[in-house]
Amino acid sequence: MSEEQIKNLEAQFEARIARDEKIEPKDWMPEKYRKTHIRQMSQHAHSEVVGMLPEGNWITRAPSLRRKVALLAKIQDEAGHGLYLYSACETLGVSRDELYDQLHSGKAKYSSIFNYPTITWADMGAIGWLVDGAAIINQVPLCNTSYGPYARAMIRVCKEESFHQRQGYEIMIKLAQGTPEQKEMAQDALNRWWWPSLMMLGPTDDVSVHTAQSMKWKLKRKSNDDLRQQFIDQTVPQAELIGLTIPDSDLKWNEEKGSYDFGEIDWDEFWQVVKGHGPCNKERMNARVSAWEEGEWVRDAAMAYAEKQKERKEKQAV
Amino acid sequence: MKSKNLYKYILGIADNSLILGQRMGELCGHGPSLETDIACTNISLDLFGQVRSYYQYAAKIAGDNRTEDDIAMLRKEREYVNVLLVEQPNTNFAYTMARQFLFDAYHLLFLQELEKSNDLTLSAIATKSIKEASYHQRFSSDWIKRLGDGTEESHQKMQEAINGLWTYTDELFHQTEADKAMVEQGVGVDVTKLKEVYYKQVGQILEGATLEIPESKWFQKGGKQGIHTEHLGYLLSDLQYMQRTYPNMSW
Ligand SMILES: [Fe+2]
Ligand SMILES: [Fe+2]
Ligand SMILES: [Fe+2]
Repeated sequence: MSEEQIKNLEAQFEARIARDEKIEPKDWMPEKYRKTHIRQMSQHAHSEVVGMLPEGNWITRAPSLRRKVALLAKIQDEAGHGLYLYSACETLGVSRDELYDQLHSGKAKYSSIFNYPTITWADMGAIGWLVDGAAIINQVPLCNTSYGPYARAMIRVCKEESFHQRQGYEIMIKLAQGTPEQKEMAQDALNRWWWPSLMMLGPTDDVSVHTAQSMKWKLKRKSNDDLRQQFIDQTVPQAELIGLTIPDSDLKWNEEKGSYDFGEIDWDEFWQVVKGHGPCNKERMNARVSAWEEGEWVRDAAMAYAEKQKERKEKQAV
Repeated sequence: MKSKNLYKYILGIADNSLILGQRMGELCGHGPSLETDIACTNISLDLFGQVRSYYQYAAKIAGDNRTEDDIAMLRKEREYVNVLLVEQPNTNFAYTMARQFLFDAYHLLFLQELEKSNDLTLSAIATKSIKEASYHQRFSSDWIKRLGDGTEESHQKMQEAINGLWTYTDELFHQTEADKAMVEQGVGVDVTKLKEVYYKQVGQILEGATLEIPESKWFQKGGKQGIHTEHLGYLLSDLQYMQRTYPNMSW
């Protein structure tokens, strides 16, 4: 294809996106579009799967049968999200095994929030409320993103995430209304998860890369700082409602802007965790890698068995 | 208490699902593939769902203000009456699937009989659980076949798991005093009558999976009397952790 033809295709492609048409797997797309989407969707898929680990910690220790069932169902949803996001990635011509390789080798990233430890039951509440809550704010705009399979996956994912968010908040309500010990547990969890949740909305706009391109492709609709403000404005009243205190002494309602002012985020901590030196980066990676390595003989067996079955069928057909 | 035997009888059923559900729950996020993770979580979820119905009923029979959670999480180790099979650890995926398979085959036969119980609550729980248990049985049988008739390595691992767990199968068909009383009243299932068809069905699947049926005639028992293997205590310390550390709170 000549350079001019490519330019033409690109122009048509961008025009389709501007008209809000969906791009489908078989459509022509610029290489950069494909790569960016593989990166973002796989990072999202990995986050769902690694995210099962911190909550998985509490399945065996959930305080009641009802909570155990709800937690299991939530984690199962996250695994499902991983599954459809990997499938959406596969439509761009990359295999799941390749994507796992990228995760296990440390080449691909996943959401840093899952590198924090879950040390008390209240963390199950805080994660649902804050982490799923921040994820929704990041993800709702993706329901209208330009790549069809991603947009459709996100519609399903977001529905379930908002259910998770309510479920998490409900755990917090129960603790906040409980005994002093329970209330303390809830406050402690909020103290530990608040700042990392704000970091989930990404670096501040002045240092954030690829924003313009992402806006054009509808991978992003609002800036990180706007999303963060939205998250804070939505969450602060929820904390107040249940008598918990946001751990930020600079947090103040700003009448003029109609939103909250808030304190400085510790970006050194953010980069430390992103670069692999958070409290649980090693544990999470080890857990994923050993599940994968210890599962190899199982996957091999399933493949060998399927192969044998196919041969048997072919023989029967003869 | 309305009926001590009925209460004990319900625990005998429920504890199996509770302990197995707990074991399957341990695997979440650590399985050999995302699909098996989802399936194992699903089995765990089904079992805990059943467990809740049983303990809610047991709580009603006990009539002493204890809740489903008190019964599930606040008994002493000698008061759990699950069979030894279900408390065996997730040594590897072959053990997990073999344990599941050896239980599912029994569970399905058991529920099909329990459905005929003249106790309407138990019969209703059985009806609801049969669908789930037959899905579990299909899933675990499929894995017996895949691993048994997969690679040399998987065959060896599966055979080892079956050999290791076989000793716990006979206990499934032992009757306690409460069992006998409930059978007499048309409430309970006579498990002794399930034994023959169980070993026949299990044998067929194992053979189809190119696995050998263990010949050992030495069996372990004791779970139904609350005499467990050493594994159960550790499992209970997780299961009971919150209820013991923060007593009398609501979650
Ligand atoms: Fe997500
Ligand atoms: Fe999710
Ligand atoms: Fe979620």
